[in-house]
Amino acid sequence: MTRPSDEQLRAILVDMVEARAQASRLWNLQRQGRIGTVAPIDGHEAVVAATAHALDPASDWILPQYREPLALQRFGSEVLDQYMLYNIGHPDGSRLPPSVRVAPLQISLATQIPHAVGLAWGMTLRHQPGVTVVFFGDGSSSEGDFHEAANLAGVLGAPVILLCVNNQWAISTPLHQQTAATSLADRAVGYGMPGVSIDGNDAAAVFDAVDEARRLALDGGGPTLIEATVYRLGAHTTADDPSRYVPAEDLKAARANDPVHRLANHLGDLGLWDDDSQAKVEAAALTRIEDAYNMAMAQPLAADAVLDHCFSTDTPRMARQRAALLSAVPHGHSDTFEVDS
Amino acid sequence: MSGTSELTMLQAINEGLHGEMARDDRVMILGEDVGHVGGVFRATEGLFEKFGGDRVVDMPLAEGAIVGSAVGLAMAGLVPVVEIQFLGFSYQAMHQIVGQIARLRYRSQGRFEPAITIRAPFGGGVRTPELHSDSLEGQLANVPGLKVVAPATAADAKGLLAASVRDPDPVIFLEPLRGYRGIRGEVPDDDHVVPLGSARTARSGEDLVVVAWSHQVEVACRVADSLADEGLSIAVLDLRSLVPLDIEAIAMAVDRCGRAVVIEEAAQTGGFGGEVVATIVEECFWSLEAPVIRVSGYDVPYPVGMLEDTYVPDEARITAAIRRSLEMA
Repeated sequence: MTRPSDEQLRAILVDMVEARAQASRLWNLQRQGRIGTVAPIDGHEAVVAATAHALDPASDWILPQYREPLALQRFGSEVLDQYMLYNIGHPDGSRLPPSVRVAPLQISLATQIPHAVGLAWGMTLRHQPGVTVVFFGDGSSSEGDFHEAANLAGVLGAPVILLCVNNQWAISTPLHQQTAATSLADRAVGYGMPGVSIDGNDAAAVFDAVDEARRLALDGGGPTLIEATVYRLGAHTTADDPSRYVPAEDLKAARANDPVHRLANHLGDLGLWDDDSQAKVEAAALTRIEDAYNMAMAQPLAADAVLDHCFSTDTPRMARQRAALLSAVPHGHSDTFEVDS
Repeated sequence: MSGTSELTMLQAINEGLHGEMARDDRVMILGEDVGHVGGVFRATEGLFEKFGGDRVVDMPLAEGAIVGSAVGLAMAGLVPVVEIQFLGFSYQAMHQIVGQIARLRYRSQGRFEPAITIRAPFGGGVRTPELHSDSLEGQLANVPGLKVVAPATAADAKGLLAASVRDPDPVIFLEPLRGYRGIRGEVPDDDHVVPLGSARTARSGEDLVVVAWSHQVEVACRVADSLADEGLSIAVLDLRSLVPLDIEAIAMAVDRCGRAVVIEEAAQTGGFGGEVVATIVEECFWSLEAPVIRVSGYDVPYPVGMLEDTYVPDEARITAAIRRSLEMA
């Protein structure tokens, strides 16, 4: 077992505090009509940031669901920039540069799990060291793709970490309506892999579990299923009103176990964190996200961008569609639209 | 000067797979029963012995995970060639084919290239159980991001398969069940590549053109040959690939003949035949001397064995459609 150093824990906390502050800003931007629907990270910060810090961004891959980007800064600052493009609806929002080993966000629940298994398998076949980590939720654990992919991962012994972030809610459906099982980690038995249950609000526990699963995978020991239990502290997305279904007392209890406060208190006790550090990190995070927003809004968009990158080259049919589209654009070829600001 | 050999379509596909795996060590075969046993039709025969279990992989029975893991393999730089045992079994992988593979390049704006080929037998005529004969080319052609290829000859099966495996885009490669052993012909022994998107004139003719793909090309050719005895000059255009579609070849053939019959085995409503007819109307309206006629399956699920001869277009129905068109002034 490898406990994270105090220095590592502090770096994890910085990412968590940044993510919390930026999530709040994204909420406001959505309410102002400046960006589209966003899934807040509140309550997931420790599990995402500590996982990223337990991995090697130069060799390991992360395949997110859709709630994770703000806490994936360790894998590249580009993640935030792309996320902002995604949120304003720009097509470049899912194009990270080749150096950033993070897959596009996945809206279709659990479909990224077989991708992660295939990628881990392919890396082994190509003798590339590294593991893949795939994030999904308690709701996604009911999808066929989870079961099919977990079974395949076990058969192949693929170096993949299946990271189920159990936040107790699938939009409005509580865990007990999702499964009759008392533990999602127990399912690992059926796939012939270790299953680990951890407190996802404990950044050190997350780091430990991911680190151990990673070592096992790199040693040829195959996949691990980790169930990290947290509580979704915010809404499912900006389109959701959890006050209609989340019991107020449950939310109050969960807030007492807020992962950001827990780690801040712990590091505070060690003299490594205080209100001043918190304020500085939050201010920097907000400046950073304003920059990302402004950069996103300035990103060019070709008049015929809608037709780009469907195929490696246009089919004859699409070539005709592109010509028709461009002839209908008032200012002709290859103009870029002014993005409304 | 390299020679040719007479092969069945199945042998041509097997030879093509051997060639692609020997040419590029990133090429992998994934599927159910593709390893030791060489596929239920033996399309992958000999590959496991030659290239080993890392490259020819018998997968758990889960089409979604077979296709889904191919996405990850492609992200790792490999070139997966997936065999779906029968196209009707792809329903259990549609969320990965349509929702993931087809749009991965578009979503990632070119970062990820899903160079994945999905092979599957389809079409009727061999008295299979339910769900073994479904023709889904229309549904698949309607998915942006997928190429859809359907060879009609043994030589094209080898050449189009090579082009599909080498193509940077995902390709659905449809193999006619009835043609596996029923279609045979001369196939180039050496490397043979037929570019995607170019139709083939299977029969030249002046009076009417029959547009078809896959196994129905051979049926149409038999009709054309038989009507030639009556002095009728019937052309047959083999589309070879539905996406990309050779619009120019369709337009040239219809402009020359002025009459067209379009054949497909799938149900009529929403089928790819309708797309061909729409293309003909857009491109050739002023050349047409009669309405375009479709000959297709009926608007029902692919039926059980005792009904399939009624369902699948045959020489009699195609001949009747041709005569009906020619009788119109």
